[in-house]
Amino acid sequence: MALPLFDPTQDPGPNFAALLDREGIGTMVPGADHAVTQAHATTVLALRYTDGVVMAGDRRATEGHTIAHRNMEKVFPADRYSAVAIAGSAGMAVEMVRLFQVQLEHYEKVEGVTLSLEGKANQLAQMVRSHLPLAMQGFVVIPLFCGYDLTRQTGRIFTYDAAGGHYEESDFQTTGSGGRDARTTIKLGYRDDLTRAEALELAALALYEAADADSATGGPDPIRGIYPIIATVTEAGYERVDDEDVAAIFLAAIERRQERRGDAGGALR
Amino acid sequence: MTMPYYVAPEQVMKDRAEYAQKGIARGRSLIACVYDLGVLLVAENPSHTLHKVSEIYDRIAFAGVGKYNEYDQLRVAGIRHADTKGFTYSREDVDARSLANLYAQYLGNVFTHEMKPMEVEILVAELGAGQRPTQLFHVAYEGTITDEEHFAVLGGEAEPIREDFAARFTPGWTLADAVKATTAALGGPDRQLEPASLEVAVLADGHGRRAFQRISDGDVAELLER
Repeated sequence: MALPLFDPTQDPGPNFAALLDREGIGTMVPGADHAVTQAHATTVLALRYTDGVVMAGDRRATEGHTIAHRNMEKVFPADRYSAVAIAGSAGMAVEMVRLFQVQLEHYEKVEGVTLSLEGKANQLAQMVRSHLPLAMQGFVVIPLFCGYDLTRQTGRIFTYDAAGGHYEESDFQTTGSGGRDARTTIKLGYRDDLTRAEALELAALALYEAADADSATGGPDPIRGIYPIIATVTEAGYERVDDEDVAAIFLAAIERRQERRGDAGGALR
Repeated sequence: MTMPYYVAPEQVMKDRAEYAQKGIARGRSLIACVYDLGVLLVAENPSHTLHKVSEIYDRIAFAGVGKYNEYDQLRVAGIRHADTKGFTYSREDVDARSLANLYAQYLGNVFTHEMKPMEVEILVAELGAGQRPTQLFHVAYEGTITDEEHFAVLGGEAEPIREDFAARFTPGWTLADAVKATTAALGGPDRQLEPASLEVAVLADGHGRRAFQRISDGDVAELLER
């Protein structure tokens, strides 16, 4: 490896993806086709509450009709004040998140300041857009991005489509094959003044309902001790909720549902 | 056609070295040293935005003295090298030694082949973990690389500061003691440096993956008073 120095007119600046291009390191694989079996990641969601944002995702990855992984992680810290969750082609999505994480840290180190939340959301949109040729071949990656905006003092959520379009959501959004069930659940339970505990529970119930109706979404797995990942992003930064706390929320929900043989019993709980 | 004058290679090298040394001597000095919990980097730097000390990677820091634009270019190249290596291999494969070697080769190359040598002296510090020891690599303007165990002094007046600091250094001292000693050594016998004219950072565990932390003027003042 040589020291990466560039002519001032060719310099990639703080852009890590552009640097990889200059160095000839490919980040995307061209020419793959449908026939390749690939793992798919499914339901992820984000919702705002009083202190910031909650982001959650199930743990299942599927390959066709079989379960490929039971403990996949789909929610990642993008940097200290933002998180990204992925749905779609698992390998590509994880690679995109890895590049996105380095891209944000690289910018921060080279420039000495962090990107604005809007800037980070735009960066991710460009990555999704540059992935479009592969999306056309079946390797679709749809991220969900959220963060705490330090200047506006609020949590914000951004969604994407395969073409790289990105849209800011006011309160909550979901994506992935179980996204619709999760979204309906959040829609029924959402309030402007959700506390942390209420927001965590609503996120958990949304994933529970998604797993209940969608075969590609994994539900809580008390036998193996695998539960969805839930994280919060607040003024204090990204924080993953402890596995025991998540397990307790799901176990309580399971117990309530057992009493009603699966129904919620008149209220969202 | 006129014949170029013959200049002895010794003379060329001597002139270049003198030129680089003069350029470096114009700036203020910097000390890096180990303390009980990590590595301390202290630079005399009145600017709060044009940094002399900065983060390269999870456990690696960079420090430079001399001409700002030249060492800043090297700093950015170091971040690029580390991030590219960490992305293509793994985060634990990024180490200070290979980066310091690259810097040494580049500076040596520029010194012998370019019109003008770089007027910089740089330091690459790595905080040890597990099998890897804490390391300080000092790279001079002509590419000489030295591996320091306890501390390194960079800059124009390095010699008197080094002597002064060597007398103060005690292995395993605390951060407060290290900050006091570095501040006193940088100031010399006649000056008392204020926290506002210092740039202080550490490589230390306890803040997650990224070990590099800047220490604010307020915290430096507090450490000096302890």
